[in-house]
Amino acid sequence: MTDNYVGKRVKRTEDPRLIRGLAHYVDDIGLPGTLHVAFVRSMYAHAKITSIDTSAAVAAPGVVAVYTGKDVSDKIGQVPCASALPDLKVPDHRVLATDKVYFVGHPIVAVVATDRYAARDAVDLVMVDYEDLPAVTDVEQAANGGPIIHEAFGTNIAYKLTSGEGDVDAAFAAADRTIKQRILHKRLAPIAMEPRGVLARYFPGEEELTIWSSTQIPHLMRTQVALMIGIPENKLRVITPEVGGGFGSKLNVYAEEALLGWISMQLGKPVKWIETRRENIQATIHGRGQVGDIEVAFKNDGTLLGLRYSVFADLGAYHQLLTPAIPTLTGLMLSGAYRIPAIQMNITGCFTNKMATDAYRGAGRPEATYVVERVLDLVADNLGVDPAEVRRKNFPAASEFPFHTATGLDYDSGDYEAALQKAQEIVGYADLREKQKKSREEGRLIGIGLSTYVEICALGPSQAMPAGGWESATVRIEPTGKVTVLTGASPHGQGQETSFAQIAADELGVNLNDVTVIHGDTGIVQYGIGTFGSRATAVGGTAVFVAIQKLKEKAHKIATHMLKADASRLSFEGGKYSLEKAAAAAATTGTSDPVVPVGEAPAGALPEPQTEGKTSLTIQEIALAAHVAKDLPPDTEPGLSATYFFEPKNFTFPFGTHIAVVEIDRETGDIKFLRYVAVDDCGRVINPMLVDGQVHGGIVQSIGQAMYEEVVYDEQGQLVTGTLMDYALPRASHIPEMELDRTETPSPVNPLGVKGVGEAGTIGATPAIVNAIVDALAPFGVKHLDMPIKPENVWRIINGH
Amino acid sequence: MKKAINLSVNGVSHTDEVEPRMLLVHYLRDVLELTGTHVGCETSLCGACTVMLDGQAVKSCTVFAVQADGSSVTTIEGLAKNGELHPVQEGFWEKHGLQCGYCTPGMIMTAAQLLDRNADPSREEICHGLEGNLCRCTGYQHIVEAVQYAAKKAGQS
Amino acid sequence: MIPAQFDYKAPATLDEAVALLAGDLDGAKVLAGGHSLIPAMKLRLAQPQLLVDIARIKSLAYIREEGDQILIGATTTHYQLESSDLLKQICPLLPECAKSIGDVQVRNKGTIGGSIAHSDPAGDWPAAVLALDADLVLVGPNGERTVKAENFFVDLLTTDLQPGEILREIRIRKPSGRFGHAYQKVPHPASGFAVVGVAVNLTLNDDGSCKSASIGVTGVGVKAFRATGVEAALAGANLDDNAIAAAVAHVCDGIDPNADLYASSEYRCQLAQVHTRRAIQTAKARVQ
Repeated sequence: MTDNYVGKRVKRTEDPRLIRGLAHYVDDIGLPGTLHVAFVRSMYAHAKITSIDTSAAVAAPGVVAVYTGKDVSDKIGQVPCASALPDLKVPDHRVLATDKVYFVGHPIVAVVATDRYAARDAVDLVMVDYEDLPAVTDVEQAANGGPIIHEAFGTNIAYKLTSGEGDVDAAFAAADRTIKQRILHKRLAPIAMEPRGVLARYFPGEEELTIWSSTQIPHLMRTQVALMIGIPENKLRVITPEVGGGFGSKLNVYAEEALLGWISMQLGKPVKWIETRRENIQATIHGRGQVGDIEVAFKNDGTLLGLRYSVFADLGAYHQLLTPAIPTLTGLMLSGAYRIPAIQMNITGCFTNKMATDAYRGAGRPEATYVVERVLDLVADNLGVDPAEVRRKNFPAASEFPFHTATGLDYDSGDYEAALQKAQEIVGYADLREKQKKSREEGRLIGIGLSTYVEICALGPSQAMPAGGWESATVRIEPTGKVTVLTGASPHGQGQETSFAQIAADELGVNLNDVTVIHGDTGIVQYGIGTFGSRATAVGGTAVFVAIQKLKEKAHKIATHMLKADASRLSFEGGKYSLEKAAAAAATTGTSDPVVPVGEAPAGALPEPQTEGKTSLTIQEIALAAHVAKDLPPDTEPGLSATYFFEPKNFTFPFGTHIAVVEIDRETGDIKFLRYVAVDDCGRVINPMLVDGQVHGGIVQSIGQAMYEEVVYDEQGQLVTGTLMDYALPRASHIPEMELDRTETPSPVNPLGVKGVGEAGTIGATPAIVNAIVDALAPFGVKHLDMPIKPENVWRIINGH
Repeated sequence: MKKAINLSVNGVSHTDEVEPRMLLVHYLRDVLELTGTHVGCETSLCGACTVMLDGQAVKSCTVFAVQADGSSVTTIEGLAKNGELHPVQEGFWEKHGLQCGYCTPGMIMTAAQLLDRNADPSREEICHGLEGNLCRCTGYQHIVEAVQYAAKKAGQS
Repeated sequence: MIPAQFDYKAPATLDEAVALLAGDLDGAKVLAGGHSLIPAMKLRLAQPQLLVDIARIKSLAYIREEGDQILIGATTTHYQLESSDLLKQICPLLPECAKSIGDVQVRNKGTIGGSIAHSDPAGDWPAAVLALDADLVLVGPNGERTVKAENFFVDLLTTDLQPGEILREIRIRKPSGRFGHAYQKVPHPASGFAVVGVAVNLTLNDDGSCKSASIGVTGVGVKAFRATGVEAALAGANLDDNAIAAAVAHVCDGIDPNADLYASSEYRCQLAQVHTRRAIQTAKARVQ
């Protein structure tokens, strides 16, 4: 192998099409005769549907069909939930509402028309009569005697679960001190810039259905939708063209995906639905939504003894794919980066009259990190010591890995002290604390917030996953020497077309431009799991790497045969199998070129591989020989291709330290960033530029959560933040200049040593920001503030309101 | 009810009959099949649909096609000239100013306008100039660097 | 995302526009930049039958001096005001206010006349034209009339414009003497509209005391208003910090401040006071 690409800031191969506006997202695909679908959605949070009159809509110009819940309920299966928890209550979740609506945005009627304008007009012509029912939006009220949402259950509690190891009661009994704090995690809207969209086309003759969907999981979606609409799985092709962001919101199987497929089968025409932003905020999953009480037991010297976290999880009205599982991920990560001998999590998952919660960037783990990192600050405050010191006191040492936690995990590798140290050096921590002290005396409110997070990535071993945790890759070298990588991962902005090509190009000793990475088409790519949970590179990239090793074993065998050499004398370097060691050494950084350069290929037959007098062969020459197949070793299959399904034995555990420095305006409560330093360790880095991008994006989503974002429903269940006029996303002018650095602790879980970084920013940054704001307000006796921390909250504290 | 409109898009003249309510962004995407201009919100806030209308960056979801009658429109597809990327496009590629790419065309058009009016903007001016464009992936930092790169590049040529 | 159907006319002259409006007093709406109206139409909160597009009437977009007046055509865009070298010299409040509106795309298309005629309680221009004591020239089927900005803003999204009338021109007396301007705004983090916007037009006497202060406030009430209590307290006063602080305490006098998810009435009033003070201090510092 060579090291031309891995570890370097390689520009993305995805970008030329994207920066020229030539890429295709779902709505950019135009098929002749496409019909457009628009939905009538509930304006009520909880109501009986007393009647639906579609006659005016049916008669409207351009309208082709109108479907109600009654039309489809016995034709299309339930919207799936893949979480299997003990005694989980799973409501009957149909693609369209039938007798009742359970949340604002609940789809009731689908209108199909010849264009999107006609479809939209017809929506206004559908008359739905409701009988309003009392709604429940507060999760604790839902658990404790509020109006029952799903009558058949007689309760709004979907499940209760207790997890953790160690004797928590004993830990609290033995503790010098304990602290209890209520902590809220508000609902967030993922807001991928491309809303969801589905295009479905059925060919009645071939009985083949193709669905283009903006999803993170094409294969899982294919399986589920095939089951829902009763089409053989191998007659359904799912294509994810360009996907404009997901952040977990497209790690799901939605009613609209199955319904569009089914409608196309009914009408024999392509049908398209593109979500509006209002629909997106109403009816695409939300994230977070926990009300928790954290208790910590510790000694006078700061040693942590035990943690108990009791949570009401706001699940929403229905389960989407992973809804009930998300809070359980919180339970997994409650040990944070610390040695805590006893941990207990108690979850009460509750139905509310709101859209379902599910995976949003971090998916349950940010809640854990936030709680733990807040607790460490509470402990530090209680003991009157620096927050960094309490953290140091409880870090496992680098030599203690793999490190077993009381949440039942084995952290793969880590050096938490190193990341903390580095971040403190960059920010100039000691000086900063001095400066803070001085400026406090001058009346300025400066706060310094730390977060020494650890996250769980590379989801994950199949034992721990609802539907398989492996990932797949096929690598083949075509007769012309071009390398094709088929990955089961489904990147949507993360840049794996580039980073996987970097891995392949180095492992095969070829040019990056000769590698094409294909993903997101179940008709082309072998079954895969998808892109979520910071898994694509650690699991999918490893599959690519191992597939290449398999491919090279075969190539080695063919090279040995072609060069009539002793296999042990043949080495692979710089894209060549060479007999002479010296030649091999010279080729270390070189790459080999295709046998038939594009554009120069002669018409007609491929050239015959030439071996006469050669002491080395490029891998492309071997590929050609493998395809021409006139002279292969005995019992060798023609072709040069290998497939590997990589099953990780463990998760990976990236970590790092984020430090935020803020200053507060006393008069207005405005919060301004003075510094933002992040030192992340995501194991070995394939492309530092892409890693930086992931970290930046995650930090800014954290800024959103910490300071701006909150999905608000009122007491009647009306969505108050229903547009981007009300739901604030961070803008360019809201962000600090982020100073990034890294430590690099390879993971032993996979041969690449990579860990994953997609969620690091959203997990690590939120507590650093909140800790900084709370620290700034320490002179006012503030111990904790719930997010989003808006200027008014701050102003009220400062001014005693 | 339909109105005839005539406009030049990326240097090509088009005449069509459109409903007055057809948004410019739908005209560009659905009629002219120039799908590089995206729709990201419905409240004129995200900037994904930004195009140049007579040299001014506008949100094409907040302009009716009939309002653009007689105008000249440049979309992301028309920004590169003679196969050569615009400095802003180059900056986005060099500095990893995009991830999912959905906001990118609008972001690039706005950044091009910004540099038209201010050849050497400060970081603060860049951030202010991009306030009308939302990006959920990049955290903006690489976008700012991309614009700085483009400013430098344009200054050199 | 998709508006209801309507008819569209683009008259070549203002007279034609007035005639078109007169033909459908209930269903017709004037379209200028469209940046208030079109978003409302896309959400189907507004469903006019007819749009009369006045942005094509070339003679309606201008910034010019005439005697001791500055005349601004109604369809002049925010960007034209923001970038006007003339205004930066003779009336810097206008470019400063323009720069704070929405974002560059909005400023390129949105117009001062549209914004004033829409009278959004969180729009920026109403504060500025109040502070500058502008005259608004309205034209309708019965001819032209001029209304003081102060009398133009009537209530929430309601102005003195009568059915069939169009705002044609904004007239501002050229600031003179020792004057200083400032526009101070807290933008809503999502919408960019003013949570609080304060426009200050300050004139000093030779001894540095306040000759007159004219202050327009937006975002705080159902409509933009003159902070008359503050103005009265400042008139003739020495503009030291104490005097300014005492004066700005009156900014919400007689107003029932708006409340929303971002800012309660109480906090909004606090923001109004702080930013009025800061705007006055900035304006004072800018006096030549």
